[in-house]
Amino acid sequence: MAKLLEIKDLEKSYLKVGVNFSGSRVKILNGVNLTIEAGTCVGLIGESGSGKSTLARLIMGLEKPDRGSILFEGLPAKQWIKNNKGKMSVVFQDYMASVNPRYTVVEAIAEPLYASGAGKDVDRHIEKLLVKVGLEQAIKNRYPHELSGGQLQRVCIARAIATNPRFIVLDEAISSLDVSVQSQILKLLHQLRVEMNITYLFVAHDLQAVSHLCNKILFLYQGKIVEELQSGELAMAKNQYAKDLLASVIPFEV
Amino acid sequence: MAEFWNRFKNDRLAMGVSFFLLMVISLAILAPLLAPYDPTAQNIINKFQGPSLTHWFGTDQLGRDVLSRILYGGRITILVSVLTMVVTILIGTVLGVIAGYFRGWVDDVIMRICDIMLSFPSEVLILAIVGILGMGITNIVLATVIAKWAWYVRMIRSIVIAFMDSNYIRFAKVAGCSTWHIVRKHLLVGAIGEIAVLATLDTAAIILNISALSFLGLGVQPPTAEWGMMLNEAKNVMTTNPGQMLAPGMAIFMVVAAFNFLGDSIQVALNPKINKGFSTKRYSLFSALFGRRKKAVTQ
Repeated sequence: MAKLLEIKDLEKSYLKVGVNFSGSRVKILNGVNLTIEAGTCVGLIGESGSGKSTLARLIMGLEKPDRGSILFEGLPAKQWIKNNKGKMSVVFQDYMASVNPRYTVVEAIAEPLYASGAGKDVDRHIEKLLVKVGLEQAIKNRYPHELSGGQLQRVCIARAIATNPRFIVLDEAISSLDVSVQSQILKLLHQLRVEMNITYLFVAHDLQAVSHLCNKILFLYQGKIVEELQSGELAMAKNQYAKDLLASVIPFEV
Repeated sequence: MAEFWNRFKNDRLAMGVSFFLLMVISLAILAPLLAPYDPTAQNIINKFQGPSLTHWFGTDQLGRDVLSRILYGGRITILVSVLTMVVTILIGTVLGVIAGYFRGWVDDVIMRICDIMLSFPSEVLILAIVGILGMGITNIVLATVIAKWAWYVRMIRSIVIAFMDSNYIRFAKVAGCSTWHIVRKHLLVGAIGEIAVLATLDTAAIILNISALSFLGLGVQPPTAEWGMMLNEAKNVMTTNPGQMLAPGMAIFMVVAAFNFLGDSIQVALNPKINKGFSTKRYSLFSALFGRRKKAVTQ
């Protein structure tokens, strides 16, 4: 399969904020290597503070790495986005903060559409999108604070898929939803992926959700990728951290 | 914008304050038509008159009609302060948005220049600039802008940085929205409430500032009428004729307060969450004094 994203020796550190003004830095990512093939879903798992979100932000070109390279089909993220407007998208964990509180649902979904130049028939397209993510047309002119968490996250997903993207970063996209809504959203994401052939990077700390959706799972621990497994072979983990994590999942039987 | 206007319209205080300010501004503009006397005509025999039918607000220490002076004084006070406010806020917004949006070395350069400007005490800086450029209204505007812009750049930059950390701006960047789109649709629309509050507070502060400079003899030159200068002239006879301070003092107080309330109302009207009606409470002096504000209509 064609490689969509290739990351080599990625390093990132932040200035430590403290009282001693020593200028010491906290190393968040310490030599990350990964590749994502087009059309697959890659899960990225790690504990809080392991650098998952930092990695996601670096991949989206929102921050600059200290060292190493992030290349989309041979191009840096910003350049790739410029050449392929609307082909990369993101869904965040905090749905409340990811839609401008002054935007109605329609305005929020229309934003990437106008940005990528698809100016025609936006209204009809948005109606279709709302159907696709399972929302009623009645919410079109509501503001984010007038929607429930599940509804708003669906709006975020509708916004993310509006421009037929090739690559979506799901940054803990289901973590702040309640369990029943989580499974609905997971199903929706899976269905969209099959329909639209989107590549996902699914950042999460919920192993069950990840194994449900992803082909490949990466374990991020202390700034490094310590284990890389196909979703069918979770039992074959060699790394101690990955083993512990797998063992900590409460067995769930119906 | 239509919804902003809708909410603004249903806010009695906002409408009252806007009406008051419009009235003050039109009175100032129409001063030559409305003023019963020449604001500089002296009549020393009639000095320190109390309010009467011939002189509504009385006369001052040179027998000049206070009402006429208030009307004419409003022209200078309001014009100068609004002009200064517009220029400072404009500079502050442009540089603050550039620094806060691009960060990096652009931010560093702008901020270090601001730090240099801020390291001078602003009053002393204004005095020095007026000292160099000479007295007069234009120079006061210029001096105030030079002394204050850095402060507004810092304020607006910090507002912008808080917005830059929000996910919807991250999304817009990933979706390939242009910088101009993000600045216009997310940053400016989001920050305008806070900038409006800064601007109205600024206007209030500048009115006081100009008064202080007039007192020092650096601003408006007598016999031209200006509220601050009238107040300062009245200060000299405070012990014998305290009533002299009432008219210019009230004029400054009411206009400054009106600008503050206006800023407050703009902020409330710009916030769509208020629509819900769960945070219609306004914590201001006005509500403490005059009771509750009409509830905003739900959709």
